[in-house]
Amino acid sequence: MADKIATRQAYGEALLELGEKYDNLVVMDADLSGSTKTAAFGKAYPDRFFNMGIAEQNMYGAAAGLALSGKIVCASTFAMFAAGRAFEIIRNSIGYTGANVKICASHAGITVGEDGASHQTFEDIALMRTIPGMTVVNPSDAVSTKKLLGQIVDTEGPCYFRIGRAAVPVFYGEDDEIVLGKGNLIREGSDVTVIATGIMVSKAHSAAAALEKEGISVRVIDIHTIKPIDEEIIIKAARETGAIVTAEEHGIIGGLGDAVAQVVVRNCPCRMAMVGQKDTFGESGKPDELLKKYGMTEDDIIRAVREVL
Amino acid sequence: MDIKKLEQTATEVRIGIIKAIHSAGSGHPGGSLSAADIATALYFSEMNIDPADPEMKGRDKCIFSKGHAGPAQLSAMALRGFFPMEDFMTLRKIGSMFQGHPSIKIPGIEMSTGSLGQGMSASVGMALAGKLDKDPGRIYTVLGDGELQEGIVWEAFMSAAHYGLDNMVAIIDNNGLQIDGRNDDVMKVQPIGEKLESFGWNVIEIDGHNMAEILDAFDKARKCQRRPTAIVAHTVKGKGVSFMENQAGWHGKAPDEKQTEEALKELRGEM
Repeated sequence: MADKIATRQAYGEALLELGEKYDNLVVMDADLSGSTKTAAFGKAYPDRFFNMGIAEQNMYGAAAGLALSGKIVCASTFAMFAAGRAFEIIRNSIGYTGANVKICASHAGITVGEDGASHQTFEDIALMRTIPGMTVVNPSDAVSTKKLLGQIVDTEGPCYFRIGRAAVPVFYGEDDEIVLGKGNLIREGSDVTVIATGIMVSKAHSAAAALEKEGISVRVIDIHTIKPIDEEIIIKAARETGAIVTAEEHGIIGGLGDAVAQVVVRNCPCRMAMVGQKDTFGESGKPDELLKKYGMTEDDIIRAVREVL
Repeated sequence: MDIKKLEQTATEVRIGIIKAIHSAGSGHPGGSLSAADIATALYFSEMNIDPADPEMKGRDKCIFSKGHAGPAQLSAMALRGFFPMEDFMTLRKIGSMFQGHPSIKIPGIEMSTGSLGQGMSASVGMALAGKLDKDPGRIYTVLGDGELQEGIVWEAFMSAAHYGLDNMVAIIDNNGLQIDGRNDDVMKVQPIGEKLESFGWNVIEIDGHNMAEILDAFDKARKCQRRPTAIVAHTVKGKGVSFMENQAGWHGKAPDEKQTEEALKELRGEM
Protein backbone atom coordinates (compact mmCIF):
# COMPACT_ATOMS: atom_id res chain seq x y z
CA MET A 1 0.00 0.00 0.00
CA ALA A 2 2.93 2.27 -0.62
CA ASP A 3 1.90 4.28 -3.68
CA LYS A 4 -0.60 7.08 -3.58
CA ILE A 5 -2.43 7.95 -6.78
CA ALA A 6 -5.55 10.07 -7.27
CA THR A 7 -8.48 8.17 -8.77
CA ARG A 8 -8.88 10.99 -11.34
CA GLN A 9 -5.33 10.23 -12.51
CA ALA A 10 -6.19 6.57 -12.98
CA TYR A 11 -9.37 7.61 -14.79
CA GLY A 12 -7.40 9.68 -17.30
CA GLU A 13 -5.03 6.79 -17.97
CA ALA A 14 -7.89 4.31 -18.31
CA LEU A 15 -9.62 6.53 -20.86
CA LEU A 16 -6.53 6.45 -23.05
CA GLU A 17 -6.54 2.66 -23.10
CA LEU A 18 -10.29 2.48 -23.66
CA GLY A 19 -10.05 4.97 -26.52
CA GLU A 20 -8.02 2.46 -28.43
CA LYS A 21 -10.36 -0.42 -27.67
CA TYR A 22 -13.63 1.39 -28.48
CA ASP A 23 -13.62 3.58 -31.56
CA ASN A 24 -17.08 4.89 -30.61
CA LEU A 25 -15.90 6.16 -27.22
CA VAL A 26 -16.32 9.92 -26.98
CA VAL A 27 -15.06 12.09 -24.11
CA MET A 28 -16.48 15.45 -23.09
CA ASP A 29 -15.38 18.04 -20.59
CA ALA A 30 -16.49 21.44 -19.34
CA ASP A 31 -13.23 23.40 -19.26
CA LEU A 32 -11.69 21.25 -16.54
CA SER A 33 -9.85 18.72 -18.68
CA GLY A 34 -6.56 19.37 -16.89
CA SER A 35 -8.14 18.69 -13.51
CA THR A 36 -10.41 15.81 -14.48
CA LYS A 37 -7.53 14.29 -16.51
CA THR A 38 -9.47 13.95 -19.74
CA ALA A 39 -6.96 16.19 -21.55
CA ALA A 40 -4.70 13.26 -22.45
CA PHE A 41 -7.58 11.56 -24.26
CA GLY A 42 -8.25 14.85 -26.04
CA LYS A 43 -4.69 14.96 -27.23
CA ALA A 44 -4.64 11.35 -28.38
CA TYR A 45 -8.11 11.39 -29.97
CA PRO A 46 -8.89 15.03 -30.84
CA ASP A 47 -11.83 14.10 -33.10
CA ARG A 48 -13.53 12.24 -30.27
CA PHE A 49 -13.00 14.85 -27.59
CA PHE A 50 -15.39 17.76 -27.10
CA ASN A 51 -14.65 20.59 -24.74
CA MET A 52 -18.07 22.11 -24.18
CA GLY A 53 -16.86 25.12 -22.21
CA ILE A 54 -18.16 26.13 -18.82
CA ALA A 55 -21.65 24.88 -19.60
CA GLU A 56 -22.33 21.64 -17.77
CA GLN A 57 -26.04 21.48 -18.48
CA ASN A 58 -25.52 21.60 -22.23
CA MET A 59 -22.63 19.14 -21.96
CA TYR A 60 -24.83 16.47 -20.35
CA GLY A 61 -27.69 17.22 -22.75
CA ALA A 62 -25.36 16.94 -25.74
CA ALA A 63 -23.86 13.79 -24.21
CA ALA A 64 -27.34 12.26 -24.37
CA GLY A 65 -27.60 13.18 -28.05
CA LEU A 66 -24.23 11.64 -28.83
CA ALA A 67 -25.10 8.48 -26.91
CA LEU A 68 -28.48 8.13 -28.63
CA SER A 69 -26.50 8.32 -31.90
CA GLY A 70 -24.46 5.26 -30.97
CA LYS A 71 -21.54 6.72 -29.03
CA ILE A 72 -20.32 5.67 -25.61
CA VAL A 73 -19.85 8.96 -23.82
CA CYS A 74 -17.68 9.73 -20.79
CA ALA A 75 -18.53 13.29 -19.78
CA SER A 76 -16.48 14.83 -17.00
CA THR A 77 -16.53 17.82 -14.73
CA PHE A 78 -16.43 18.33 -10.97
CA ALA A 79 -19.04 16.31 -9.08
CA MET A 80 -20.73 19.47 -7.83
CA PHE A 81 -21.47 20.67 -11.33
CA ALA A 82 -22.33 17.26 -12.71
CA ALA A 83 -24.68 15.75 -10.14
CA GLY A 84 -25.57 19.11 -8.66
CA ARG A 85 -25.90 21.74 -11.34
CA ALA A 86 -26.89 19.39 -14.17
CA PHE A 87 -29.12 17.12 -12.08
CA GLU A 88 -32.34 17.64 -13.93
CA ILE A 89 -30.67 17.31 -17.33
CA ILE A 90 -29.08 14.05 -16.20
CA ARG A 91 -32.44 12.89 -14.88
CA ASN A 92 -34.47 13.69 -17.98
CA SER A 93 -32.04 13.56 -20.91
CA ILE A 94 -29.85 10.68 -19.70
CA GLY A 95 -31.80 8.74 -17.05
CA TYR A 96 -35.26 8.85 -18.61
CA THR A 97 -33.93 7.94 -22.07
CA GLY A 98 -31.47 5.34 -20.71
CA ALA A 99 -28.72 7.01 -22.77
CA ASN A 100 -25.31 5.36 -22.68
CA VAL A 101 -23.60 8.22 -20.87
CA LYS A 102 -21.02 7.77 -18.15
CA ILE A 103 -21.08 10.78 -15.87
CA CYS A 104 -17.47 10.71 -14.70
CA ALA A 105 -17.45 13.21 -11.88
CA SER A 106 -14.21 14.20 -10.27
CA HIS A 107 -13.30 16.24 -7.17
CA ALA A 108 -16.10 14.65 -5.15
CA GLY A 109 -16.34 14.96 -1.39
CA ILE A 110 -14.40 16.98 1.14
CA THR A 111 -10.95 16.04 -0.16
CA VAL A 112 -11.35 18.65 -2.89
CA GLY A 113 -9.89 20.64 0.00
CA GLU A 114 -8.84 24.25 -0.34
CA ASP A 115 -11.52 25.22 -2.89
CA GLY A 116 -13.96 25.09 0.01
CA ALA A 117 -17.61 24.39 0.63
CA SER A 118 -18.86 25.62 -2.76
CA HIS A 119 -16.95 22.79 -4.43
CA GLN A 120 -17.30 20.04 -1.83
CA THR A 121 -20.08 17.65 -2.87
CA PHE A 122 -21.77 15.46 -0.27
CA GLU A 123 -25.03 15.09 -2.15
CA ASP A 124 -24.01 13.49 -5.44
CA ILE A 125 -24.43 9.83 -4.54
CA ALA A 126 -27.80 10.62 -2.95
CA LEU A 127 -28.99 12.50 -6.03
CA MET A 128 -27.78 9.95 -8.55
CA ARG A 129 -29.21 6.99 -6.59
CA THR A 130 -32.69 8.41 -6.98
CA ILE A 131 -32.65 8.21 -10.78
CA PRO A 132 -34.23 4.98 -12.07
CA GLY A 133 -31.74 2.83 -13.98
CA MET A 134 -28.69 4.86 -12.96
CA THR A 135 -25.70 2.76 -11.92
CA VAL A 136 -23.67 4.51 -9.20
CA VAL A 137 -20.01 3.62 -8.73
CA ASN A 138 -17.44 5.02 -6.31
CA PRO A 139 -14.03 3.32 -6.71
CA SER A 140 -11.61 3.30 -3.81
CA ASP A 141 -8.25 3.50 -5.54
CA ALA A 142 -6.37 3.62 -8.84
CA VAL A 143 -6.62 -0.10 -9.59
CA SER A 144 -10.36 -0.33 -8.96
CA THR A 145 -10.93 2.88 -10.92
CA LYS A 146 -9.35 1.34 -14.01
CA LYS A 147 -11.01 -2.02 -13.64
CA LEU A 148 -14.45 -0.60 -12.96
CA LEU A 149 -14.30 2.01 -15.71
CA GLY A 150 -13.54 -0.73 -18.21
CA GLN A 151 -16.62 -2.67 -17.11
CA ILE A 152 -18.81 0.43 -17.08
CA VAL A 153 -17.81 1.38 -20.60
CA ASP A 154 -18.56 -2.20 -21.63
CA THR A 155 -22.04 -2.09 -20.04
CA GLU A 156 -24.85 -0.29 -21.86
CA GLY A 157 -26.71 2.38 -19.90
CA PRO A 158 -26.29 5.46 -17.75
CA CYS A 159 -23.74 5.44 -14.96
CA TYR A 160 -22.44 7.88 -12.37
CA PHE A 161 -18.74 7.31 -11.74
CA ARG A 162 -17.37 9.17 -8.73
CA ILE A 163 -13.67 9.96 -8.53
CA GLY A 164 -11.54 12.25 -6.42
CA ARG A 165 -8.90 14.91 -6.47
CA ALA A 166 -6.57 13.79 -3.69
CA ALA A 167 -3.87 11.12 -4.02
CA VAL A 168 -5.04 8.04 -2.13
CA PRO A 169 -3.33 4.73 -1.32
CA VAL A 170 -3.32 2.09 -4.05
CA PHE A 171 -5.19 -0.54 -2.16
CA TYR A 172 -5.85 -3.31 -4.63
CA GLY A 173 -3.35 -5.45 -6.49
CA GLU A 174 -3.49 -5.77 -10.28
CA ASP A 175 -4.67 -9.37 -9.92
CA ASP A 176 -7.52 -8.67 -7.53
CA GLU A 177 -10.94 -9.40 -8.89
CA ILE A 178 -13.23 -6.37 -8.94
CA VAL A 179 -16.65 -6.90 -10.46
CA LEU A 180 -19.23 -4.19 -11.14
CA GLY A 181 -22.22 -4.75 -8.84
CA LYS A 182 -20.37 -7.06 -6.46
CA GLY A 183 -19.07 -5.97 -3.08
CA ASN A 184 -15.49 -6.94 -2.27
CA LEU A 185 -14.84 -8.77 0.98
CA ILE A 186 -11.41 -7.42 1.77
CA ARG A 187 -11.04 -8.60 5.35
CA GLU A 188 -12.76 -11.40 7.24
CA GLY A 189 -14.18 -10.72 10.69
CA SER A 190 -16.96 -11.90 12.99
CA ASP A 191 -17.77 -9.20 15.57
CA VAL A 192 -18.74 -6.30 13.37
CA THR A 193 -18.66 -5.28 9.68
CA VAL A 194 -17.40 -2.02 8.25
CA ILE A 195 -18.93 -1.36 4.84
CA ALA A 196 -16.99 1.39 3.10
CA THR A 197 -16.87 3.07 -0.28
CA GLY A 198 -14.37 5.26 -2.13
CA ILE A 199 -11.41 6.59 -0.24
CA MET A 200 -12.85 5.31 3.06
CA VAL A 201 -12.08 1.69 2.10
CA SER A 202 -8.37 1.88 2.92
CA LYS A 203 -9.20 3.72 6.16
CA ALA A 204 -11.67 0.99 7.09
CA HIS A 205 -9.00 -1.59 6.44
CA SER A 206 -6.46 0.10 8.72
CA ALA A 207 -9.13 0.68 11.38
CA ALA A 208 -9.88 -3.04 11.32
CA ALA A 209 -6.20 -3.86 11.76
CA ALA A 210 -5.99 -1.53 14.76
CA LEU A 211 -9.13 -3.02 16.34
CA GLU A 212 -7.84 -6.54 15.88
CA LYS A 213 -5.03 -5.73 18.29
CA GLU A 214 -7.75 -5.10 20.90
CA GLY A 215 -9.31 -8.44 20.12
CA ILE A 216 -12.18 -7.07 18.00
CA SER A 217 -12.69 -9.01 14.80
CA VAL A 218 -13.81 -6.62 12.05
CA ARG A 219 -15.05 -7.63 8.64
CA VAL A 220 -14.42 -5.04 5.90
CA ILE A 221 -16.37 -4.80 2.67
CA ASP A 222 -15.78 -2.42 -0.24
CA ILE A 223 -19.07 -1.41 -1.83
CA HIS A 224 -17.78 0.34 -4.94
CA THR A 225 -21.10 -0.17 -6.72
CA ILE A 226 -23.64 1.66 -4.60
CA LYS A 227 -26.41 1.03 -7.11
CA PRO A 228 -27.38 -1.66 -7.85
CA ILE A 229 -26.06 -2.64 -4.43
CA ASP A 230 -24.80 -6.14 -3.58
CA GLU A 231 -27.57 -7.13 -1.16
CA GLU A 232 -26.24 -10.63 -0.60
CA ILE A 233 -22.92 -9.57 0.90
CA ILE A 234 -24.66 -7.02 3.15
CA ILE A 235 -27.31 -9.46 4.43
CA LYS A 236 -24.63 -12.05 5.11
CA ALA A 237 -22.61 -9.50 7.08
CA ALA A 238 -25.66 -8.42 9.09
CA ARG A 239 -26.50 -12.06 9.92
CA GLU A 240 -23.00 -13.18 10.74
CA THR A 241 -21.60 -10.14 12.56
CA GLY A 242 -24.79 -8.53 13.90
CA ALA A 243 -23.50 -4.95 13.62
CA ILE A 244 -22.60 -2.68 10.72
CA VAL A 245 -20.69 0.58 10.38
CA THR A 246 -20.79 2.37 7.03
CA ALA A 247 -18.05 4.77 5.96
CA GLU A 248 -18.22 7.21 3.07
CA GLU A 249 -16.77 10.55 2.03
CA HIS A 250 -20.31 11.78 1.40
CA GLY A 251 -23.26 12.98 3.43
CA ILE A 252 -24.84 10.43 5.73
CA ILE A 253 -28.16 11.54 4.26
CA GLY A 254 -28.88 9.53 1.14
CA GLY A 255 -25.49 7.95 0.57
CA LEU A 256 -23.98 4.52 1.17
CA GLY A 257 -25.22 4.47 4.78
CA ASP A 258 -28.83 4.88 3.67
CA ALA A 259 -28.40 2.36 0.85
CA VAL A 260 -27.04 -0.27 3.26
CA ALA A 261 -29.69 0.55 5.88
CA GLN A 262 -32.45 -0.06 3.33
CA VAL A 263 -31.10 -3.54 2.69
CA VAL A 264 -30.59 -4.26 6.38
CA VAL A 265 -34.03 -3.12 7.62
CA ARG A 266 -35.83 -5.15 4.97
CA ASN A 267 -33.83 -8.32 5.51
CA CYS A 268 -31.99 -8.56 8.78
CA PRO A 269 -32.20 -5.55 11.10
CA CYS A 270 -29.05 -4.99 13.15
CA ARG A 271 -27.29 -2.19 14.93
CA MET A 272 -25.77 0.38 12.59
CA ALA A 273 -23.65 3.52 12.73
CA MET A 274 -22.75 5.81 9.84
CA VAL A 275 -19.46 7.58 9.29
CA GLY A 276 -19.67 10.42 6.78
CA GLN A 277 -20.35 14.13 6.44
CA LYS A 278 -22.99 15.17 8.95
CA ASP A 279 -25.77 17.55 7.95
CA THR A 280 -23.39 20.45 7.40
CA PHE A 281 -21.31 22.20 4.73
CA GLY A 282 -17.52 21.91 4.62
CA GLU A 283 -14.88 24.63 4.46
CA SER A 284 -11.40 25.30 3.01
CA GLY A 285 -8.47 23.33 4.32
CA LYS A 286 -6.07 20.53 3.52
CA PRO A 287 -7.83 17.25 2.73
CA ASP A 288 -6.49 15.48 5.80
CA GLU A 289 -7.35 18.38 8.09
CA LEU A 290 -10.89 18.39 6.72
CA LEU A 291 -11.37 14.65 7.01
CA LYS A 292 -10.36 14.96 10.64
CA LYS A 293 -12.49 17.99 11.45
CA TYR A 294 -15.59 16.55 9.75
CA GLY A 295 -15.24 13.05 11.15
CA MET A 296 -14.11 10.84 8.27
CA THR A 297 -10.89 9.24 9.53
CA GLU A 298 -9.72 5.85 10.70
CA ASP A 299 -10.34 7.01 14.29
CA ASP A 300 -13.93 7.93 13.48
CA ILE A 301 -14.49 4.45 12.11
CA ILE A 302 -12.98 2.94 15.27
CA ARG A 303 -15.27 5.08 17.45
CA ALA A 304 -18.29 4.04 15.41
CA VAL A 305 -17.36 0.37 15.74
CA ARG A 306 -17.23 0.71 19.52
CA GLU A 307 -20.62 2.41 19.42
CA VAL A 308 -22.34 -0.52 17.73
CA LEU A 309 -20.62 -3.29 19.66
CA MET B 1 -45.77 16.98 -52.47
CA ASP B 2 -46.90 20.35 -53.84
CA ILE B 3 -47.66 23.38 -51.68
CA LYS B 4 -51.43 22.99 -51.95
CA LYS B 5 -51.28 19.36 -50.81
CA LEU B 6 -48.92 20.28 -47.98
CA GLU B 7 -51.34 22.95 -46.82
CA GLN B 8 -54.18 20.42 -46.82
CA THR B 9 -52.00 17.99 -44.90
CA ALA B 10 -51.25 20.69 -42.33
CA THR B 11 -54.99 21.05 -41.78
CA GLU B 12 -55.22 17.29 -41.25
CA VAL B 13 -52.35 17.58 -38.76
CA ARG B 14 -54.33 20.25 -36.92
CA ILE B 15 -57.42 18.03 -36.86
CA GLY B 16 -55.31 15.25 -35.33
CA ILE B 17 -53.99 17.68 -32.70
CA ILE B 18 -57.47 18.83 -31.66
CA LYS B 19 -58.87 15.30 -31.57
CA ALA B 20 -55.97 13.87 -29.55
CA ILE B 21 -55.92 16.67 -27.00
CA HIS B 22 -59.70 16.52 -26.64
CA SER B 23 -59.53 12.77 -26.20
CA ALA B 24 -56.77 13.18 -23.59
CA GLY B 25 -58.74 15.84 -21.72
CA SER B 26 -55.56 17.85 -21.26
CA GLY B 27 -52.61 19.08 -23.30
CA HIS B 28 -51.28 22.05 -25.19
CA PRO B 29 -53.27 23.01 -28.29
CA GLY B 30 -51.98 26.60 -28.72
CA GLY B 31 -48.31 25.84 -29.32
CA SER B 32 -49.11 22.64 -31.21
CA LEU B 33 -51.27 24.48 -33.71
CA SER B 34 -48.67 27.21 -34.19
CA ALA B 35 -46.06 24.56 -35.08
CA ALA B 36 -48.35 22.46 -37.29
CA ASP B 37 -47.18 23.89 -40.62
CA ILE B 38 -43.53 23.47 -39.64
CA ALA B 39 -44.14 19.85 -38.58
CA THR B 40 -45.96 19.16 -41.82
CA ALA B 41 -43.18 20.65 -43.96
CA LEU B 42 -40.60 18.57 -42.11
CA TYR B 43 -42.41 15.22 -42.23
CA PHE B 44 -43.97 15.52 -45.68
CA SER B 45 -41.33 17.37 -47.65
CA GLU B 46 -38.02 18.21 -46.08
CA MET B 47 -36.87 15.19 -44.14
CA ASN B 48 -35.31 12.01 -45.48
CA ILE B 49 -37.17 9.47 -43.36
CA ASP B 50 -38.84 6.10 -43.74
CA PRO B 51 -41.84 5.35 -41.51
CA ALA B 52 -41.29 1.62 -42.16
CA ASP B 53 -37.71 1.92 -40.93
CA PRO B 54 -37.66 4.63 -38.25
CA GLU B 55 -34.02 3.89 -37.45
CA MET B 56 -32.84 4.05 -41.06
CA LYS B 57 -29.17 4.90 -41.35
CA GLY B 58 -28.46 8.39 -42.59
CA ARG B 59 -31.98 9.61 -41.81
CA ASP B 60 -32.84 13.15 -40.86
CA LYS B 61 -34.00 13.68 -37.28
CA CYS B 62 -36.63 15.97 -35.85
CA ILE B 63 -36.61 16.89 -32.18
CA PHE B 64 -39.46 18.87 -30.69
CA SER B 65 -37.55 20.61 -27.92
CA LYS B 66 -40.81 22.37 -27.11
CA GLY B 67 -42.09 18.96 -26.07
CA HIS B 68 -45.47 20.26 -25.00
CA ALA B 69 -46.18 20.83 -28.73
CA GLY B 70 -45.49 17.13 -29.31
CA PRO B 71 -49.05 16.62 -30.63
CA ALA B 72 -48.06 18.60 -33.77
CA GLN B 73 -45.13 16.27 -34.40
CA LEU B 74 -47.05 13.11 -33.48
CA SER B 75 -50.07 14.01 -35.58
CA ALA B 76 -47.78 14.59 -38.58
CA MET B 77 -45.98 11.31 -37.86
CA ALA B 78 -49.27 9.40 -37.64
CA LEU B 79 -50.38 10.82 -41.00
CA ARG B 80 -46.97 9.96 -42.45
CA GLY B 81 -47.43 6.34 -41.33
CA PHE B 82 -45.14 5.92 -38.34
CA PHE B 83 -48.13 4.60 -36.34
CA PRO B 84 -51.92 4.58 -36.78
CA MET B 85 -53.79 7.79 -35.96
CA GLU B 86 -56.13 5.83 -33.66
CA ASP B 87 -53.13 4.78 -31.56
CA PHE B 88 -52.16 8.43 -31.18
CA MET B 89 -55.65 9.03 -29.75
CA THR B 90 -54.47 7.23 -26.59
CA LEU B 91 -52.33 10.32 -25.91
CA ARG B 92 -51.79 10.95 -22.18
CA LYS B 93 -53.73 7.83 -21.15
CA ILE B 94 -52.31 5.26 -18.77
CA GLY B 95 -50.39 2.47 -20.48
CA SER B 96 -50.00 4.45 -23.73
CA MET B 97 -46.59 5.04 -25.29
CA PHE B 98 -47.90 8.51 -26.16
CA GLN B 99 -46.85 10.28 -23.00
CA GLY B 100 -47.85 13.86 -22.23
CA HIS B 101 -44.56 14.86 -23.82
CA PRO B 102 -42.66 12.95 -26.57
CA SER B 103 -40.85 9.80 -25.45
CA ILE B 104 -38.20 7.81 -27.30
CA LYS B 105 -40.36 4.73 -26.79
CA ILE B 106 -42.38 5.95 -29.78
CA PRO B 107 -40.97 4.72 -33.12
CA GLY B 108 -39.42 7.70 -34.90
CA ILE B 109 -39.11 9.91 -31.83
CA GLU B 110 -35.39 10.59 -31.42
CA MET B 111 -35.35 12.18 -27.97
CA SER B 112 -37.60 12.39 -24.95
CA THR B 113 -38.42 16.03 -24.40
CA GLY B 114 -40.70 18.09 -22.25
CA SER B 115 -38.29 19.74 -19.88
CA LEU B 116 -37.59 22.84 -21.95
CA GLY B 117 -34.22 23.44 -23.56
CA GLN B 118 -32.93 19.90 -23.30
CA GLY B 119 -33.99 18.86 -26.77
CA MET B 120 -31.75 21.59 -28.13
CA SER B 121 -28.71 20.22 -26.27
CA ALA B 122 -29.48 16.66 -27.34
CA SER B 123 -29.72 17.95 -30.91
CA VAL B 124 -26.23 19.41 -30.62
CA GLY B 125 -24.99 16.00 -29.49
CA MET B 126 -26.70 14.32 -32.44
CA ALA B 127 -25.20 16.85 -34.84
CA LEU B 128 -21.73 16.31 -33.33
CA ALA B 129 -22.19 12.55 -33.79
CA GLY B 130 -23.30 13.18 -37.36
CA LYS B 131 -20.12 15.11 -38.09
CA LEU B 132 -17.97 12.40 -36.48
CA ASP B 133 -19.63 9.67 -38.53
CA LYS B 134 -19.87 11.75 -41.73
CA ASP B 135 -23.57 10.93 -41.61
CA PRO B 136 -25.60 12.78 -44.26
CA GLY B 137 -28.60 13.10 -41.89
CA ARG B 138 -29.63 16.55 -40.75
CA ILE B 139 -31.03 17.55 -37.37
CA TYR B 140 -34.18 19.69 -37.16
CA THR B 141 -35.01 21.09 -33.75
CA VAL B 142 -38.24 22.92 -33.01
CA LEU B 143 -38.14 25.34 -30.08
CA GLY B 144 -40.65 27.68 -28.56
CA ASP B 145 -39.91 31.36 -28.11
CA GLY B 146 -40.68 31.17 -24.39
CA GLU B 147 -38.28 28.23 -24.28
CA LEU B 148 -35.48 30.64 -25.17
CA GLN B 149 -35.72 31.91 -21.59
CA GLU B 150 -33.98 28.70 -20.49
CA GLY B 151 -30.23 29.26 -20.11
CA ILE B 152 -29.29 25.83 -21.46
CA VAL B 153 -30.62 26.87 -24.87
CA TRP B 154 -27.98 29.57 -25.17
CA GLU B 155 -25.26 27.18 -24.03
CA ALA B 156 -26.43 24.89 -26.81
CA PHE B 157 -26.58 27.70 -29.41
CA MET B 158 -23.03 28.71 -28.45
CA SER B 159 -21.70 25.17 -28.79
CA ALA B 160 -23.43 24.52 -32.14
CA ALA B 161 -21.80 27.61 -33.62
CA HIS B 162 -18.44 26.80 -32.03
CA TYR B 163 -18.39 23.36 -33.64
CA GLY B 164 -19.70 24.70 -36.96
CA LEU B 165 -22.70 22.39 -36.97
CA ASP B 166 -24.10 23.21 -40.41
CA ASN B 167 -25.96 19.89 -40.25
CA MET B 168 -28.49 21.32 -37.82
CA VAL B 169 -31.42 23.68 -38.10
CA ALA B 170 -33.24 25.23 -35.16
CA ILE B 171 -36.76 26.38 -35.93
CA ILE B 172 -38.11 28.87 -33.43
CA ASP B 173 -41.89 28.85 -33.25
CA ASN B 174 -42.21 32.53 -32.47
CA ASN B 175 -45.87 32.90 -31.51
CA GLY B 176 -45.12 35.53 -28.91
CA LEU B 177 -47.10 33.92 -26.11
CA GLN B 178 -46.34 31.68 -23.16
CA ILE B 179 -48.34 30.31 -20.22
CA ASP B 180 -48.45 33.51 -18.20
CA GLY B 181 -49.02 35.84 -21.15
CA ARG B 182 -46.93 37.66 -23.75
CA ASN B 183 -43.19 36.92 -23.89
CA ASP B 184 -42.68 40.68 -23.82
CA ASP B 185 -44.47 40.93 -20.49
CA VAL B 186 -43.19 37.75 -18.83
CA MET B 187 -39.55 37.90 -19.92
CA LYS B 188 -38.48 39.61 -23.10
CA VAL B 189 -36.72 37.31 -25.55
CA GLN B 190 -36.55 39.68 -28.52
CA PRO B 191 -34.68 40.39 -30.67
CA ILE B 192 -34.36 36.66 -31.28
CA GLY B 193 -32.81 36.92 -34.76
CA GLU B 194 -30.15 39.42 -33.71
CA LYS B 195 -29.26 37.40 -30.64
CA LEU B 196 -28.79 34.26 -32.71
CA GLU B 197 -26.77 36.11 -35.33
CA SER B 198 -24.48 37.41 -32.63
CA PHE B 199 -24.10 33.81 -31.44
CA GLY B 200 -22.77 32.91 -34.88
CA TRP B 201 -25.87 31.41 -36.45
CA ASN B 202 -27.21 31.85 -39.96
CA VAL B 203 -30.62 33.39 -39.31
CA ILE B 204 -33.63 33.29 -41.61
CA GLU B 205 -36.89 35.02 -40.65
CA ILE B 206 -40.11 33.71 -42.17
CA ASP B 207 -43.85 33.57 -41.85
CA GLY B 208 -44.19 30.21 -40.10
CA HIS B 209 -47.57 29.55 -41.67
CA ASN B 210 -46.47 30.16 -45.25
CA MET B 211 -45.55 26.74 -46.63
CA ALA B 212 -43.50 28.16 -49.51
CA GLU B 213 -41.44 30.28 -47.13
CA ILE B 214 -40.87 27.32 -44.78
CA LEU B 215 -39.62 25.10 -47.61
CA ASP B 216 -37.48 27.89 -49.03
CA ALA B 217 -35.86 28.43 -45.61
CA PHE B 218 -34.97 24.72 -45.39
CA ASP B 219 -33.37 24.97 -48.85
CA LYS B 220 -31.32 27.96 -47.79
CA ALA B 221 -30.28 26.21 -44.58
CA ARG B 222 -28.99 23.23 -46.55
CA LYS B 223 -26.75 25.51 -48.59
CA CYS B 224 -25.21 27.23 -45.56
CA GLN B 225 -21.80 25.86 -44.66
CA ARG B 226 -19.87 25.84 -41.39
CA ARG B 227 -22.69 27.58 -39.51
CA PRO B 228 -25.91 26.22 -38.02
CA THR B 229 -29.12 27.80 -39.27
CA ALA B 230 -31.91 29.24 -37.16
CA ILE B 231 -35.29 29.78 -38.77
CA VAL B 232 -37.25 32.32 -36.78
CA ALA B 233 -40.78 31.42 -37.77
CA HIS B 234 -43.32 34.10 -36.99
CA THR B 235 -46.45 32.24 -36.02
CA VAL B 236 -49.84 32.62 -34.39
CA LYS B 237 -50.56 30.62 -31.28
CA GLY B 238 -53.64 28.47 -31.84
CA LYS B 239 -53.43 29.01 -35.63
CA GLY B 240 -56.36 27.58 -37.55
CA VAL B 241 -58.90 27.59 -34.73
CA SER B 242 -60.11 31.16 -34.48
CA PHE B 243 -61.25 31.10 -30.86
CA MET B 244 -57.82 29.80 -29.84
CA GLU B 245 -55.75 32.19 -31.94
CA ASN B 246 -53.50 34.55 -30.01
CA GLN B 247 -54.96 33.45 -26.69
CA ALA B 248 -52.38 32.54 -24.04
CA GLY B 249 -55.22 30.80 -22.18
CA TRP B 250 -55.15 28.06 -24.84
CA HIS B 251 -51.52 27.23 -24.10
CA GLY B 252 -52.34 24.29 -21.88
CA LYS B 253 -56.05 23.57 -21.94
CA ALA B 254 -58.06 20.90 -23.77
CA PRO B 255 -61.17 21.89 -25.72
CA ASP B 256 -64.44 20.44 -24.40
CA GLU B 257 -66.92 18.54 -26.57
CA LYS B 258 -68.59 21.65 -27.98
CA GLN B 259 -65.34 23.52 -28.54
CA THR B 260 -63.87 20.48 -30.26
CA GLU B 261 -66.84 20.27 -32.61
CA GLU B 262 -66.51 23.94 -33.40
CA ALA B 263 -62.77 23.68 -33.97
CA LEU B 264 -63.09 20.65 -36.25
CA LYS B 265 -65.87 22.31 -38.23
CA GLU B 266 -63.71 25.34 -38.85
CA LEU B 267 -60.68 23.26 -39.83
CA ARG B 268 -62.70 20.99 -42.13
CA GLY B 269 -64.15 24.05 -43.79
CA GLU B 270 -60.64 24.95 -44.87
CA MET B 271 -60.09 21.67 -46.67
